Amino acid sequence: MRQVVNAPTRGPRVGRLGWSLISLLALIALWELAALIAQSRYLPGPLAVFDVMVREAEAGELWGNIGATLIRVAFSFVIAMFIGSAIGVALGRYPKADRFFDAWLIFFLNLPALVIIVLCYIWFGLTEVAAITAVAINKIPNVAVTMREGTRSLSKDLNEMAHIYRFGWWKTLRHVTLPQLAPFFAAASRSGLALVWKIVLVVEAFGRSDGVGHQLNIAFQLFDVPMILSYALAFIVVVQIIELAILQPLIARANKWRR
Amino acid sequence: MAAVKRPLSVNIASKVFPAVGDRPDNLVLKNITFQVEPGSFVIITGPSGGGKSTLLNIVSGLDHDYSGSVDFGGDHEPRIAFVFQSPRLLPWRTVYENIALALPKDDPRLANIPEMLKRVGLVEAANAYPEMISLGMQRRVALARAFVLEPELLLMDEPFVSLDDPTAHALRELLVELWSARPTTVLFVTHDRPEAVMLGTRILRLSSGAATIAQDVPVRLSVADRADREKVRTEQRRIFGEA
Repeated sequence: MRQVVNAPTRGPRVGRLGWSLISLLALIALWELAALIAQSRYLPGPLAVFDVMVREAEAGELWGNIGATLIRVAFSFVIAMFIGSAIGVALGRYPKADRFFDAWLIFFLNLPALVIIVLCYIWFGLTEVAAITAVAINKIPNVAVTMREGTRSLSKDLNEMAHIYRFGWWKTLRHVTLPQLAPFFAAASRSGLALVWKIVLVVEAFGRSDGVGHQLNIAFQLFDVPMILSYALAFIVVVQIIELAILQPLIARANKWRR
Repeated sequence: MAAVKRPLSVNIASKVFPAVGDRPDNLVLKNITFQVEPGSFVIITGPSGGGKSTLLNIVSGLDHDYSGSVDFGGDHEPRIAFVFQSPRLLPWRTVYENIALALPKDDPRLANIPEMLKRVGLVEAANAYPEMISLGMQRRVALARAFVLEPELLLMDEPFVSLDDPTAHALRELLVELWSARPTTVLFVTHDRPEAVMLGTRILRLSSGAATIAQDVPVRLSVADRADREKVRTEQRRIFGEA
């Protein structure tokens, strides 16, 4: 018996970036087509939206608002990751604490974002602190659950090895524990960023006088769809840049030892 | 360096694993008392699940939950190295880093790592991650990590299982070479009888059930004899009394 295998020769290859580009262009074309058919001021075409974006950018409004939103995202993201990780690691480590606080975690996981936001504004006033607290509280339970899972799966074998070779707490943390938690932290970060920036917009619409959310709220009152779309698109681009330029390289670096 | 002068003295009255679910308390070790002369290579063998690994964990200090005592016979805690049943390397650190991490920062022995890598044949793999090399190579890294520490007591728990015969044999020869170059007290757990006879200077056989010491015999082979398969087989028959 003879087995002959010829690896197929490949044609010109379209990279991942190429595919994303083609797919995005198709979406824009579809949008243009829909706008042409609708002929309505409530469904502007891509070019009209782009015009508004340029105008807002030139007036300095766009970047000011995006900047204000990004600062809120950064603060609430960092606070939520820090507190959520601390809670998650503690619960993963101490089963008794976990048994007690598990019900609390489920309560906060299921508390609607809107309820947290409204209550924070009522209790702490329409302040920056209230806004950031509300966003952080929304995200903390998710981070805690992910990090708890990571802590539970820490290898007892490697801990024993570290003990035998007298690593001490700092070496153990740095070389044994943190690398095991890194994938869980990365997962929590990615889903965290996506969740946090959406909630920040809601918080801004409710009780802040700048930021993308505030701008969207005004545009909504004026039924100014081109404005809504231009802010939304600009912000999506910024978040994607953060994902591609910061998060993904970090994750790739943390994973280079994998086969 | 200060070698352990008095013998290592192990005295375990009992070791019980507490009940789990509907399984009752499990007495794994009972009245295990023995002494080990410095520099001897002691094999601990016996049936599977017979508490051999538990015994090593107690001696290593990983398991404190027993009644009895372990006296290392020195005025200080000895440097202990442990080669586990699985290599237990940090997958996110390179071969070199895995070995270096066994030593304190700025330790003079760090300078011995390149030589150690050469002896275990891992020079080319020094910057590879453990998941990218074979199991046999990973086990060599674990050996290098243990020996670079220049331990006063070396514990080994079936360090050559799940390897094919030639690889396991090559690793045994490497172990003999490393140990001859720098003799140290070794407790070596295995259920492989030829391996026991080839490596050990003394064999402790644990009984089944609540394990006690069933047999304690010296191995009467010179270093040269150990390379001779026929002599190893004869000695194995003498000790274990089987074909």
